[in-house]
Amino acid sequence: MAQIFHRSTNFIARFSVFSTLFLVGVALVAVLAVARSPYMTRQNISREQPVQFSHKHHVGDDGIDCRYCHTGVETSAVAGIPPTKTCMNCHSVLFNNAAYLEPIRESYRSDKSIQWVKVHRLADFVYFNHSIHVNKGVGCSSCHGQINQMPLVFQAHTLLMQWCVECHRNPEQVLRPKDQVFNMDWKAPDNQAEIGAKLREEYKIRTTAELTSCSTCHR
Amino acid sequence: MREHEQHEHIDGRHDRNDPAADAKLREGSMDLAAVRAKLQSKTGKQYWRTLEELAGDPEFEELLHREFPRQAPSEWEDSVDRRDFLKLMAASLTFAGLSGCGRTPEQYVVPYVKQPEGMVLGKPQFYATVMPFGADAIGLLVESHEGRPTKIEGNPDHPSSLGATNVFAQASVLNLYDPDRAQTVTKFGEIQTWSLFVDSAQAIAAEMKAANGAGFRMLTGIVTSPTLAAQIQSLLTLFPQAKWHQWEPAVGDGTREGAKLAFGSYLNTVYRPEKADVILSLDSDFLGSGPGHIRYAREFSRRRKLNGPTDTMNRLYVVEPTPSVTGATADHRLPLRASEVELFARALAAKLGLGGSAAIPPDAEKWLDAIAKDLQNHKGASLLVAGEQQPAEVHALVHAINATLGNVGTTLYYTEPVEAHPANHLESLRELCADIDAGKVETLLILGGNPVYNAPHDFDFASKIKFDEKKNRKPVKNTIHVSSHFDETAELCDWHVAESHYLETWGDARAFDGTVSVIQPLIAPLYHTHSAREALAAFGDKPGVSDYEVLRDRLKAANPSADFEKFWRKTLNDGLVAGSAFAPASANLKFSVASLVAAKTTPADDIEFLFRPDPCVYDGRFANNGWLQELPKPVTKLTWDNAALISPKTAEKLQLAHNVAWRGGEHGKIYSNVIDIALSNSKVTAAAWRLPGQADGVVVLPLGYGRKKAGYTGTNKGFNAYAVRTSDALWTASAPTSAIKKTGDDYPLACTQYHFSMEGRQILATGTLEEYRRNPNFANEHAELPPKELSLYKGEAEFPYNREKWAMAIDLNKCNGCNACVVACQSENNIPVVGKDQVMRGREMHWIRIDRYYEKAKSATNDPSSYDESLFNPPTFFQPVPCQQCENAPCEQVCPVGATAHSAEGLNDMTYNRCIGTRYCSNNCPYKVRRFNFLRFQDWETPQLKLLRNPEVTVRSRGVMEKCTYCVQRINNARIESEKLNAPIRDGAIVTACEQACPTEAIIFGNANDKESRVAKLKAQQRNYSLLGELNSRPRTTYLAAVRNPNPELESA
Amino acid sequence: MSAGQPPFDSPEIRRLTPVIGPGYTYGSVTDKISAIVLTRPTSLGWYVGFLIAFSLMGMLTVAVGWLIIKGVGIWGINIPIGWGFAIVNFVWWIGIGHAGTLISAILFLLNQKWRTSINRFAEAMTLFAVACAGIFPLIHTGRPWMAFYMFPYPSTMGLWPQFRSPLIWDVFAVSTYGTVSLMFWFVGLIPDLATLRDRAVKTPMKIIYGMLSMGWRGSARHWYRYQSAYLLLAGLATPLVLSVHSVISFDFSIAIVPGWHTTIFPPYFVAGAIYSGFAMVLTIAIPLRKVYGLEDFITMRHLDNMAKVMLATGLIVAYGYFMEFFMSSYSGNKFDVFLVQQRLHGPYAPFYYALILCNILLPQLLWSFKMRHNVAVLFIMSIVVNIGMWLERFVIVVISLTRDFVPSAWGRYSPTFWDWATFIGTMGMFVTLIFLFVRVLPAISIAEMRELVAETSEDEK
Repeated sequence: MAQIFHRSTNFIARFSVFSTLFLVGVALVAVLAVARSPYMTRQNISREQPVQFSHKHHVGDDGIDCRYCHTGVETSAVAGIPPTKTCMNCHSVLFNNAAYLEPIRESYRSDKSIQWVKVHRLADFVYFNHSIHVNKGVGCSSCHGQINQMPLVFQAHTLLMQWCVECHRNPEQVLRPKDQVFNMDWKAPDNQAEIGAKLREEYKIRTTAELTSCSTCHR
Repeated sequence: MREHEQHEHIDGRHDRNDPAADAKLREGSMDLAAVRAKLQSKTGKQYWRTLEELAGDPEFEELLHREFPRQAPSEWEDSVDRRDFLKLMAASLTFAGLSGCGRTPEQYVVPYVKQPEGMVLGKPQFYATVMPFGADAIGLLVESHEGRPTKIEGNPDHPSSLGATNVFAQASVLNLYDPDRAQTVTKFGEIQTWSLFVDSAQAIAAEMKAANGAGFRMLTGIVTSPTLAAQIQSLLTLFPQAKWHQWEPAVGDGTREGAKLAFGSYLNTVYRPEKADVILSLDSDFLGSGPGHIRYAREFSRRRKLNGPTDTMNRLYVVEPTPSVTGATADHRLPLRASEVELFARALAAKLGLGGSAAIPPDAEKWLDAIAKDLQNHKGASLLVAGEQQPAEVHALVHAINATLGNVGTTLYYTEPVEAHPANHLESLRELCADIDAGKVETLLILGGNPVYNAPHDFDFASKIKFDEKKNRKPVKNTIHVSSHFDETAELCDWHVAESHYLETWGDARAFDGTVSVIQPLIAPLYHTHSAREALAAFGDKPGVSDYEVLRDRLKAANPSADFEKFWRKTLNDGLVAGSAFAPASANLKFSVASLVAAKTTPADDIEFLFRPDPCVYDGRFANNGWLQELPKPVTKLTWDNAALISPKTAEKLQLAHNVAWRGGEHGKIYSNVIDIALSNSKVTAAAWRLPGQADGVVVLPLGYGRKKAGYTGTNKGFNAYAVRTSDALWTASAPTSAIKKTGDDYPLACTQYHFSMEGRQILATGTLEEYRRNPNFANEHAELPPKELSLYKGEAEFPYNREKWAMAIDLNKCNGCNACVVACQSENNIPVVGKDQVMRGREMHWIRIDRYYEKAKSATNDPSSYDESLFNPPTFFQPVPCQQCENAPCEQVCPVGATAHSAEGLNDMTYNRCIGTRYCSNNCPYKVRRFNFLRFQDWETPQLKLLRNPEVTVRSRGVMEKCTYCVQRINNARIESEKLNAPIRDGAIVTACEQACPTEAIIFGNANDKESRVAKLKAQQRNYSLLGELNSRPRTTYLAAVRNPNPELESA
Repeated sequence: MSAGQPPFDSPEIRRLTPVIGPGYTYGSVTDKISAIVLTRPTSLGWYVGFLIAFSLMGMLTVAVGWLIIKGVGIWGINIPIGWGFAIVNFVWWIGIGHAGTLISAILFLLNQKWRTSINRFAEAMTLFAVACAGIFPLIHTGRPWMAFYMFPYPSTMGLWPQFRSPLIWDVFAVSTYGTVSLMFWFVGLIPDLATLRDRAVKTPMKIIYGMLSMGWRGSARHWYRYQSAYLLLAGLATPLVLSVHSVISFDFSIAIVPGWHTTIFPPYFVAGAIYSGFAMVLTIAIPLRKVYGLEDFITMRHLDNMAKVMLATGLIVAYGYFMEFFMSSYSGNKFDVFLVQQRLHGPYAPFYYALILCNILLPQLLWSFKMRHNVAVLFIMSIVVNIGMWLERFVIVVISLTRDFVPSAWGRYSPTFWDWATFIGTMGMFVTLIFLFVRVLPAISIAEMRELVAETSEDEK
């Protein structure tokens, strides 16, 4: 009786068996990778805004303090996007006929809000509170990156839960002296470990168990 | 039945002319296009007729169902609709593992152009205001998020609330966002502008002026608002011949007339329960309803407070025909028929030497002696309260008895009336109807109220304003109705003015003690609505003036002070005019008991039919409020329906029974016999409900249901008791047993707790004061509690709870089952309404439930459908059950994904976004406090309801478990604030929603690690016990045993 | 023991009830079995049966689709009864899935010759049952598309599943069991696939069977490896037979619900599983041998032995029931005592009595030799036991939940149309797969039958 398969097919058989196993593995890894990729997290993607507001210019060059616009940051859960009024405080005088500021003036005239594209987004079931972080020595740049060098703001970190929890598990790595909180150029010193530990004592930061309880962020 | 449901949809369509809905229509499916086509070129009445036809075909009904989802989700096993397809797509995508890769679209931030003063984004603001309700005004603090009122709290500075609230106040915020509210002025159902209304009002006024106002009538409910009263007065002066009529369907004239009978003039009574050692309530639910009841409940509970065995308690006797919240709290409760209550009062008066006499049922005799003695032993420290539904005689008698006992000035005092214009409402309405028949009425202005629905049916109010086919004319030339909904009355009136919600208007009202309180708007009117005063002013000489100015002018006039602005700001801040409460008025008795005419009695073997306001929808005004519809009624635990309440014995005689359905069962669906009730040549069909503790031979017909045009939620729920309520028997009607006929049908009722026996388990620990004094630890001796070391897991070592250790103590001695906490929780935590069908499947979502147990009920008869003597007058107890936040939580150990986990402060955190919905935790929860979103219960479409949500709490969708979290959002916010100051969280800084609403301070939340905290102190008491402690679940929520203070004389016998 | 019955497993018995009919040669065995797959024309009956089963399976798809659209609320479940038909069916199917591996693995290790002719389709049945069972844990969750949270993978949340939960243990237990059974089954199939390859006439058949048989040439070395692999897998599978249902039983015994919280569950769940498993094997074997005239391969001896196993496991189960009853009463735990009362007098009492009847009383008939040798009786009995075992799960899952600790929360459960649709749907799926199996694969192991021929012929000598 004639052979249906040539000897060589044995190889194909073995190969296909192992390669399927291999491919499945690769696929799994790929899924995990995609979930962490900028495509999903929108990390490092700067957005078109109705007015191309440059933090680099306002913060970096003009040295305007974060709190001038983001007034809620020390007292409230949300830092707050400034009302048009805040822009007009200066721009009623400076560049008060620059074309690219027209949307601002328009909004101010017509009392219609400007629609800014949201860059840093958390899911609705996450309750992040700016004030507590700022008050406990977590600097703006720890989460937002060096805003003062961003012509257009982009998300500097993944904002994945993984990333949040890293800090909540050991905050020492990011704690800084209170006067450095709003300093965009702050770099962790080499002895951050011990300084962080000291600051954690000083700020009376809660235990890791407390910081990583579900209800700390989810309600 | 059917076509009513269609009406309901007509409502649905009709009331929504807000852009959102129209947008919905435009983007709607094919059928909607068809509908529009049909409706093209139709106007006015025609338009509606076409809609009527349309409503005939089921497709349209179905369409409305899905186009206008409401508080109660109607979609249930319908055909697949648009949303469902989307869901299906989403689901299939996820199964294909694709959803992960799909990126959510861009979101936008929309900041203010000019941010309001003093507003910090992300921080709620609180404003003081009051909710006018009958002859009372409930002082409130309303929470507002970026201008959206979201939560009602009590105003601690306000005498009527003392910081607490009741179900109506809590739920009133839902009324504000009710999608079925009338949204604009209409004439003959067609949309009009306000100015058009004002013009025609002025035209009418001009005519009136000529006739000196003859034929101009105003019909209002109880008015306590000085500004509104002033407005009416100004019209009355403008039109001398005009008349002001009043009709408040659910408040008896007995109270008013009783005072008149006793003192010769209308007087208002203010009680001081706190000062009374012995209280006798004659069919009065003063802890659960009526003016000042929130305060009374608070004062009363202060005298039920026990810190130790040596403390004393007051004693409450209640004589009532049907179990009420007050009756359930009583130390002694005597079920008597309503008519016998008067006899009892007369007999008591006689016993106390006030003359007169009456024969009372033999078993009441020994009661009488005991009570009489007890009262006499506490002269000046006793208090009698007569029920709102009792006749004037009883009130007069009570005034007399209180006087002889020297209680006046100590446990109660009299003031000038709170009502701006006290009158006998029944007579007032009777006069109006007579005048209309006599053709004397040209213009009728109905301010609020809904007389077509709730006037005595023998007045046949509808015929008074409806077009008369025979005479081919309208009985009243101009009819104007001002109300929040386009209801039964609006339908028959020419003009309908959409009335603003109290959270949208400036105004004022007097509280039960006369305190002038300011109504401060939290939000500009959502629709084209106006206040009743504005509607009135449209007829006056100054139509344009705004409520704001009027209010300020009146206050300025009434309170001439140097710096008015300062005074104004203070008033707004406090929500009341300081020191505006009435001073006690001298009241000297002008009547002798002997002079009373013989009491009206019901023949012994006749059935007595009582009309009572419903504990949830009141007189029907809250019928369209989903929260209140789904709220289990305190004693019966029924939802979404009213039922004819009958005592088990009487029901036995009439062979009326229930049976438990297989789906839902004791915790959901009960089939009960349907009966026809023929009363005063009219008839209603109702479901009969056996109610233990009800006096035999009494049938209670709760008012407020059977609405025909309430809106989507409230239409055609239950039966309309007004249909058999006549002017000659407003509160008590009697008829031979033959008046009740079984139809042979069964009707499914949604009852959240049918089973009322504790099955000999110590679920709710109770004892008497003597027992407590003899053995202060009685509550903890029912079962051995396992030692704390017993644990497979690290337990304490794993969770040291070094800092806060959140805990709750619930004093069962104070709880009177009023339900305020349940609604407060629903409002605070975005809890959905699931609708009757789902409640009947045992799927209601309340995070805190109030269990009702009958202590002596034998377990053999664990449902009243088998009659048993122990159900005649069983001691009734209430037990609020939120999540027990076990330290050794059974739920946590079985969750496969760790969606419910232990927090470092000992909360059982519930992480909705991690939950996959295995329901294992709920199965393993011994307290069954977990709630599951079996379907998509949350209403994601209706735009108004989105404004209602509390932004601090995740809105749950389908397929996840949820439960009480001790209001963790409030805990977190308080913790964050204290952390910023590096200060400890002070006791009382965190108040849970239930605790805040509780009128009796029965619920106390705090940090058990802080030995000084109130909760720690309570837990230190021996009365403190854990529910099912023997399971070693170690609940953080513990209970303090209920202790009753019975009269030894009555006990012995 | 009924009269006139010879002592167990005597040579006499073997003669009376051989494991294979007389006068078979290697060739004839092979012909007879492979014919079913290769040469025999597909009967109309097969098509009809398949069509019915398949349409039922269609119903399953609809039911699950609707479930995903609407949510688990379309079922009868509620608070307090959070688990209903879904879990009942899950446990029931898993239980049925036990006999296969037991027969192939344990009996193989115990060197029971009579297993040979039934192990193949018993294993197939196991796989299909596990497949049916596997559906339920997934769809009973509120958000099936999130079920992957149950697997331990490096998530972007930096979280792991909660390993203390029995449901996680289930995930592993069931998946392991499924995989091993599949391997075991497939390895066993290889020689026969080769036979089919060689006997197939049509080329496509040749190719398909050829690929599946993975180049089996029947050389001594092949046989040697085959045997050792088979032995190893048998060894691997054996502990699983016991572990799977023990783990399943933990879902209940770990919980504190009265009626769930008992230590006796693992052994009596396993016994119950084997019980129902063998019942199902009988339910399939009896029609199979009738339709394809395999009376000589699946002989009375097989049926008799299976009946005996049922009888034995049935008695263990009975003991379990009694112990449950006794322990609750003896412990004096008021909740357990109350539960027992509920089972006897509560609203669901009829189910409990039906369960006792089906699982304990009726099966006692199997003591009688006559009954064991009456095919009709055996068939009915197997059905009865299947029903009984389903009732057992219903009693455990549902009744325990209806009335637990706090009386105010007591409720009731009744299945909706969709509950039934899903349940019957899985039956459809099961039967569909069986039908396909008998059509395309040798329902009886040819290779092992050959061995049997050899051995029995020695016996005759």
